[in-house]
Amino acid sequence: MRPLDVKRGLVDMSHGSGGRAMAQLVDELFLAAFDNPWLRQMNDQARVPMPSGRLVVATDSHVVSPLFFPGGDIGCLSVHGTVNDVAMAGAKPLYLTAGFILEEGYPLADLKRIVDSMAKAAAEAGVAVVTGDTKVVERGKGDGVFINTTGVGVVAEGIEISGDRARPGDAILVSGTLGDHGVAIMSLRENLSFETTIRSDTAALHGLVAAMVEAVPAIHCLRDPTRGGLATTLNEIARQSGCGMRLEESAIPVRPEVAAACEFLGLDPLYVANEGKLIAICAPGDAARLLAAMRAHPLGRDAAQVGEVVADSHHFVQMRTGFGGSRMVDWLAGEQLPRIC
Amino acid sequence: MKYVDEFRDGALARVIAERIARAVDPRRVYHFMEFCGGHTHAISRYGVTDLLPANVVMVHGPGCPVCVLPIGRIDMAIDLVLPAAAGKVPGKRKDVTLCTYADTMRVPASRGLSLMKAKAKGADVRMVYSAADALRIAQDEPGREVVFFAIGFETTTPPTALVVRQAAQLGLANFSVFVNHVLTPSAIAHILESPEVRELGTMVIDGFIGPAHVSTIIGSQPYDYFAEEYAKPVVIAGFEPLDVMQAVEMLVRQVNEGRAEVENEFTRAVTPEGNAKAKALVAELFELRRAFEWRGLGRVPYSALRLKEPWAAFDAERRFPMTEHSVPDNKACECGAILRGVKKPVDCKVFGTVCTPENPMGSCMVSSEGACAAHYTYGRYRSAARSAVRSRTTCARST
Repeated sequence: MRPLDVKRGLVDMSHGSGGRAMAQLVDELFLAAFDNPWLRQMNDQARVPMPSGRLVVATDSHVVSPLFFPGGDIGCLSVHGTVNDVAMAGAKPLYLTAGFILEEGYPLADLKRIVDSMAKAAAEAGVAVVTGDTKVVERGKGDGVFINTTGVGVVAEGIEISGDRARPGDAILVSGTLGDHGVAIMSLRENLSFETTIRSDTAALHGLVAAMVEAVPAIHCLRDPTRGGLATTLNEIARQSGCGMRLEESAIPVRPEVAAACEFLGLDPLYVANEGKLIAICAPGDAARLLAAMRAHPLGRDAAQVGEVVADSHHFVQMRTGFGGSRMVDWLAGEQLPRIC
Repeated sequence: MKYVDEFRDGALARVIAERIARAVDPRRVYHFMEFCGGHTHAISRYGVTDLLPANVVMVHGPGCPVCVLPIGRIDMAIDLVLPAAAGKVPGKRKDVTLCTYADTMRVPASRGLSLMKAKAKGADVRMVYSAADALRIAQDEPGREVVFFAIGFETTTPPTALVVRQAAQLGLANFSVFVNHVLTPSAIAHILESPEVRELGTMVIDGFIGPAHVSTIIGSQPYDYFAEEYAKPVVIAGFEPLDVMQAVEMLVRQVNEGRAEVENEFTRAVTPEGNAKAKALVAELFELRRAFEWRGLGRVPYSALRLKEPWAAFDAERRFPMTEHSVPDNKACECGAILRGVKKPVDCKVFGTVCTPENPMGSCMVSSEGACAAHYTYGRYRSAARSAVRSRTTCARST
């Protein structure tokens, strides 16, 4: 059998048929990139060692359009997204699974770029892609590449980070500037040709989380504000915890370029997606220590305290505006940006 | 952000707030209508009312282009791309693409439809950011009939005129425009002529915050008539929160001094004459309709535009067999009264219960410039707090 023509070849239906062509794609593309002893067993499942602690599992499907964007691509995004979901329990991510849905006719060269980017992101995050799956759909029935990843990690006993643990008086912290990912994606939309230097913030946050948990093991909540942005994530936590929130607009870090792009497009940066930021909620007495730990980490350099949790039976998220008035920061209605992650 | 932050400066806002507080006469209430949805949005988003004295009341006006679009016109647009819905032969107009601004997509129409739902049923509805995008689609897809759903006040009319002229120059045979452009002065006159204001006295308007973007086109002169004829002060203001604060201060002073003049707070963009080029372009392509239906205001004479005869080939209403029906609003929906400024969003029984931004019943809950959407999204904690106080007092009394 001739080796896979990665330069000029295209995905065809046989790559998902379970036959020799699929085996070749797996061997020459996926295994070559993700290589590790568990994947190399070539079973339909992976048997992996687990350290002690509680198991943390998260899954995430990625359908971003376009597949390549400033600062990243669907490959690294599919690693970061799931690693972050696992990490938000205060856990150490260990293994990933990867399910690919490929569209007939997609260039193998682009697929290789995506898979290599995934492998690089996984290696940097210290997680192994241990099992996977490939399906091919007919031309026109997909959008190039969809990737589902499931992540497995462990969390130590005593760490109880959960969205229902916010309490009135708690401090609300964010790890950096908001809206970078959504605006980077938006800048590439076909009917919106504006040029920007903004790059997606896509990043694996478990290193930052580990530093935070070490500084303050009693963190109450952690969540990454992806789709729907800070506003939607805080509304979720407010509902889960049965409390309200009060934000200080002037304390919320937003890059001037992002603010300008949002102004121009009629978007609110508080609702724009992030892929490398987190929100932390902790007891007021722990806030200074947690903030210092965040700022000491490269991914938390611009961290800031942006508000506090309050008692409110309506579970409203309110904000004191920079202008001096106040308003609500409601759930996102409808969709702001389609297919951003 | 340069040239924007300056107009959102909280410290300066406090200075103006103090000036307004000193200027107002505590023995009276000031009712000012902000005509534009852009002002409504700014007031809610920045919490401007928190900085105003309690006796300065802002009344929301009808200046939200999506909100004033009657159901019948949305139905016409849907019929264009989803003929089956109108009981015609299914698939007959499979080749029509409707290009629309995003806000219009979710406005509820008849038969439980909206453009978004029509899209889900297979209609080719595409969201565009500008009229030029629609023209480009027509150029790229010569096999399809591309219709631009043109809505808006005087601000969005010149771009529509421009693309029609471009289409003519390019000889584009597959492009047309469904014109729904409406005129601000007619709507203001209609409100001032309404029985609520003139006879019944149920609605008090002491002055207007005049449109920002509209006035950059038409200038400040068209408002002279209102100031004179109806003795109402008008202050044209920009859409930033400091503009609104400054305009309120100017209106308070006019009322106190018994003046009714047109003043221009938005001098950085508005001149007395407006944009001569844009006005000439609009006059070249458009003519007045005898009457046009507005949601909330009913049929308003000479309040909207259509393409002149030489441009008829680009007029979707003349190109396709489109028929307009007047469709009454849902009985429970108070959008009409809210658009006239007679009622507030919280006066509507379905506000925040059946009618929410996710499931809007009326148009005011759709656009972010709509009074209901603005109050729901940014301000409903205020009414929640008030009703909580009310229910607590009731409990205390009953025990």
